[in-house]
Amino acid sequence: MTALLTPELKACIGRQAPPRTEVVTRRDIRKYAISTGTRIRKHLDGDEAPPLYHVALFWDVVELDQLTPDGVSVDTLLPQLPLERAMAGGLEITYHRPIVPGDVLVARRTLTDLYEKSGRSGPLIFYEITLDVRTEEGTPVLEEVTTRILR
Amino acid sequence: MSTPRLADIEVGSELPDREHCPDNIQLFFYNAALWNAHRIHFDAPYATEVEGYPGLVIAGPLMGDWLSQCVQEWIGDDGHLAKLSYSNRQAAYIGETLRAGGKVTAVDPNSGRVEVALHVHNAEGENITPGTAVVMLEPASTQYSKGH
Repeated sequence: MTALLTPELKACIGRQAPPRTEVVTRRDIRKYAISTGTRIRKHLDGDEAPPLYHVALFWDVVELDQLTPDGVSVDTLLPQLPLERAMAGGLEITYHRPIVPGDVLVARRTLTDLYEKSGRSGPLIFYEITLDVRTEEGTPVLEEVTTRILR
Repeated sequence: MSTPRLADIEVGSELPDREHCPDNIQLFFYNAALWNAHRIHFDAPYATEVEGYPGLVIAGPLMGDWLSQCVQEWIGDDGHLAKLSYSNRQAAYIGETLRAGGKVTAVDPNSGRVEVALHVHNAEGENITPGTAVVMLEPASTQYSKGH
């Protein structure tokens, strides 16, 4: 099998997006919590963020002209890959401390792995992106590892 | 809501499940909170005619959130979520009725570490969003001294 991932592509492992800093507000926690249909009072009242609140907090705030016609934004952390059809992926989050209003959080996204395997119906490319969220002082808040498969 | 005492939990114990049938107002709010403008979530003609979906697609991470709710409602304030993982295996659409639930797969009475397997079932009973969680509950010794 010829390798799909050239040395140039493999060299992208370790690539980091510029760190992003966001301020957590009660209003934003409440809006997120209500939209998920939760019944948990501390989340609905915005006293503590739900466990997946960081998905909203660190979603790219892109400008209108940066969206494709189908309304998505391109993830600039990933290089152009030779396979493009996304299959099931997953994510795993490790929690260190809850997020509360007033937190100033810094997120760092890193392409932590990129490899290929041969599947039954042809080659597959796997990539892994790690999101590391800490307070401004550097105290770990959570770590999220997302794995995606392309065919 | 009664929260679990570590002593009562065993492998196979079920977490209370919950029905979710989001409408397009909820889906709109969810994607607005994220700043996610993907048309498959709000533009029905686009989702069906251009992308070929049977309807408006429920956002994948919203179903992941239901798994976290299932665990958090179960543990209440007697423990905390240490790890959560999930995978969006199949899509679901506005109008569907889905159920989020789980089952205990491992218990360590000494540390209070409990592992659970999670699911979002569609009407056909397929697990469209399998997941796992690790929660830390108060170890038995602490519960005993507190309660007596």
